[in-house]
Amino acid sequence: MASLSTSENRSTPSLNPCWSCKGPVDKRALFCSVCGAVQGPNDTDHFTRLGLPMDYHVPPDHLDRQYFGFQRRMHPDRFAAKSPKEKALSQAQATALNDAYETLTDPVKRAVYLLNHVGHVIDLHGASTITDPVLLMEQLEMREVLAEAETPEQAAGLLSKAEHDAHQCQHDMAHAFQHGDYAEAARLVLRLKYLQKLVEDAKSRKSRLAKGS
Amino acid sequence: MLFQIHEPGETPLPHESDRPVAVGIDLGTTNSVVAISEDALTATVLADSDGHKLLPSVVYYGTDGSVVVGDQARYKILDVPDQVVSSIKRLMGRGGEDVKSLAGALPYTVEPSETSGMVHLKVAGRVLSPVEISADILRAIKARAETALDKKVERAVITVPAYFDDSARTATRDAARLAGIEVLRLVNEPTAAALAYGLDNSVEGLYAVYDLGGGTFDVSILRMEKGVFQVKATGGDAALGGDDIDHAVAEYFLDLHAKSCSTRALTAGEAKQTLAMARQAKECLSRQAEGQWRVEVGPETSMHKLNRATLEKLAAPFIARTVSICKGVIEDAGVDVGDIRGVVLVGGATRMPAVRKAVQDLFDKEPLSDINPDEVVAVGAALQAAALTQGSDTLLLDVTPLSLGIETVGGIVEKVIPRNQPIPVAMAQEFTTYQDGQTAMSIHVVQGEREMVDQCRSLARFVLQGIPPLVAGAARIRVTFAVDADGLLTVSAMETTTGAEQQVAVKPSYGLDEEEMAKMLRAALEHGREDMAQRVLAESVVEAKRSALAVQAALGVDGHLLSDQERQGIEDALARVEAAVQTTDRDAVIAAAENLEAATKGFAEKRMDHGIRKALAGLAVGDVERTFE
Ligand SMILES: Nc1ncnc2c1ncn2[C@@H]1O[C@H](COP(=O)(O)OP(=O)(O)OP(=O)(O)O)[C@@H](O)[C@H]1O
Ligand SMILES: [Mg+2]
Ligand SMILES: [Zn+2]
Repeated sequence: MASLSTSENRSTPSLNPCWSCKGPVDKRALFCSVCGAVQGPNDTDHFTRLGLPMDYHVPPDHLDRQYFGFQRRMHPDRFAAKSPKEKALSQAQATALNDAYETLTDPVKRAVYLLNHVGHVIDLHGASTITDPVLLMEQLEMREVLAEAETPEQAAGLLSKAEHDAHQCQHDMAHAFQHGDYAEAARLVLRLKYLQKLVEDAKSRKSRLAKGS
Repeated sequence: MLFQIHEPGETPLPHESDRPVAVGIDLGTTNSVVAISEDALTATVLADSDGHKLLPSVVYYGTDGSVVVGDQARYKILDVPDQVVSSIKRLMGRGGEDVKSLAGALPYTVEPSETSGMVHLKVAGRVLSPVEISADILRAIKARAETALDKKVERAVITVPAYFDDSARTATRDAARLAGIEVLRLVNEPTAAALAYGLDNSVEGLYAVYDLGGGTFDVSILRMEKGVFQVKATGGDAALGGDDIDHAVAEYFLDLHAKSCSTRALTAGEAKQTLAMARQAKECLSRQAEGQWRVEVGPETSMHKLNRATLEKLAAPFIARTVSICKGVIEDAGVDVGDIRGVVLVGGATRMPAVRKAVQDLFDKEPLSDINPDEVVAVGAALQAAALTQGSDTLLLDVTPLSLGIETVGGIVEKVIPRNQPIPVAMAQEFTTYQDGQTAMSIHVVQGEREMVDQCRSLARFVLQGIPPLVAGAARIRVTFAVDADGLLTVSAMETTTGAEQQVAVKPSYGLDEEEMAKMLRAALEHGREDMAQRVLAESVVEAKRSALAVQAALGVDGHLLSDQERQGIEDALARVEAAVQTTDRDAVIAAAENLEAATKGFAEKRMDHGIRKALAGLAVGDVERTFE
């Protein structure tokens, strides 16, 4: 049972010279505590950047609150009247925050990111064919139901099943990560990806059927 | 010596009262509007001496070199249509092929330009780019604001259609530069409108903004809450607006005219006049059910009826297109129509009853238009200008409207930054050489959603030079595409095996290159040289003051690390900066700042050593923020 630990090592001092007053600043700090100058983004992971524990389970509201909180301080709009150097650093900070947010808001990207972080590299683009027979059967069946849907209600039925399954899949994923079962997480990631695609297709099928075309 | 303690990140600005005020400008296809906000909460639209708030974006060029903007220029369409330019915004960052013809006649004389792909127009014996013409409108706006406020206006937030591509945004920024306006930020029009609606907290939750103006259509879906404006998705058409309906109406009238009169091709002037008449008819039919209009081609005049039902038939394809774009954006935002709490109407063309009905049907709710749809964008821009200069808690989080890609083998586009990514954003792509000893490489950047290069909009060609000569495939060139908070693209490149920074030479496809821009700046700013010099001086002064304050702060915290003599050296260097910033001598300011840097070198080393020792002993150096509740 291994849980994910943050990559930061607190025993050695991690200090940078502040570009502005040249004194020591903690590498994780956003601003110099002495002169107040904004610092460049450090090369931490996406979770730490947003002040979150490294955990697959992220309540969306909490993620948003953290993201908005950091952007409120770092966004280039806060530095519009500052020097070019400060503007550039704030842009780099805001860019890093957006990157983290984009990755962590998407349940598939978040899982892939976590897996890569623990050395379990998976490439979803390469995985265009399903080799897992259970997953293959499930997807084939659901696809067939979707293809045969003739009323908006039938499409909606499949849509809610796919949405439910996707939700459950995320739940199972959080569980797998919690128990350090990365092989299972990798399997679930693929399933989630297909379920999300199915949700999308069911939505558009439903609205097409509703329009009566 | 005194020093002030500031909130982190709150290094003080030069006295705000010394700086010229910042306004918000809606540079529209049909009308431009300027507004100001004192407190970032409320804004006032600035009117001319007659109380007019809208400045028609119409420019008259006299043969004597005079330039007139606004209503007076609009009236000139009747006598000297060849000397009047309107709807120039549609040609910002565009090529000659983008000028829309009426019954086969172009309303402008298009001049090919040797130096840039952007279309140039021949007006009253002058050849002008859309950037120069827009700069004339901006000068008039600036003059209006300065008269109304009795203050110099040199900084502004300028709005652009959310769906504007990089070329059109760059052209807008260049026009402002020509007009002597520093652009604090380019803000997307629907986002500005949302800001105007959302700041008084009357609207919260998921909202759509539907903006149909004279020349452009935008729709954005935003989440608004507690001062955060997060754009979820945006879409539109930078060449879809009331102008297109005018064209359809004009074609309709001309067809009728051709039935009763002899036909011949229109002159550019007649095309403009017919369009102006069509626009009148269209606007009139928002209020009344039918009317009669006169069509004049040369000496031949005819009268024609038009009713609302026929107008709506003519407008239907354009309205249908906006509806289908809205549907795409709702899908991109990943929301259901039912989740959208309200839809805000922006732009004069939303006064058409047929447009309102289409929006109402699509979103299944009565649209909001409590803030004047002509003014709401300028109001939002003014609020943002105040927020940027005075500080505020408001947060605008916008997205890329179009995907950005590069040309690969066979003319296929490889996407580098997808659409609807929150900005600022940066993505890197790795390239390699395909020939032994290759030292340069050309990259073609395009914007758009299609798969083939020729179906997307060409933005620029970049040439990477100075690649170390290696065997084919050995060099690794990492090209970073960054889109800033204005939605503008910059490209940088690095060879990763050697770490060599590459030069990126930009050739914009529809822009003005640096040389042309410099020429125009010289021509336009007789007194501009002075302005420019002042701005450069101001920048060095701000920078020198910032480093002096930083040193003072450091002395306050770590001054005990210095001997009296060392401290005196630093105090002297600080005094020299203090004295230099009082002068107007830029070289002296820079020299004093460099001197301060040298004088504090030893101090900086001591501070680092001290900090490391402290940290090893387990003491925190500063604090690290982590959570927001
Ligand atoms: N009462 C009306 N009925 C119909 N259309 C109208 C009415 N009033 C104005 N318009 C149209 O609205 C358009 C101008 O709107 P607006 O001033 O919002 O555009 P703009 O901001 O200049 O353009 P854009 O935002 O596209 O750059 C014109 O096409 C005009 O004919
Ligand atoms: Mg507008
Ligand atoms: Zn500092």
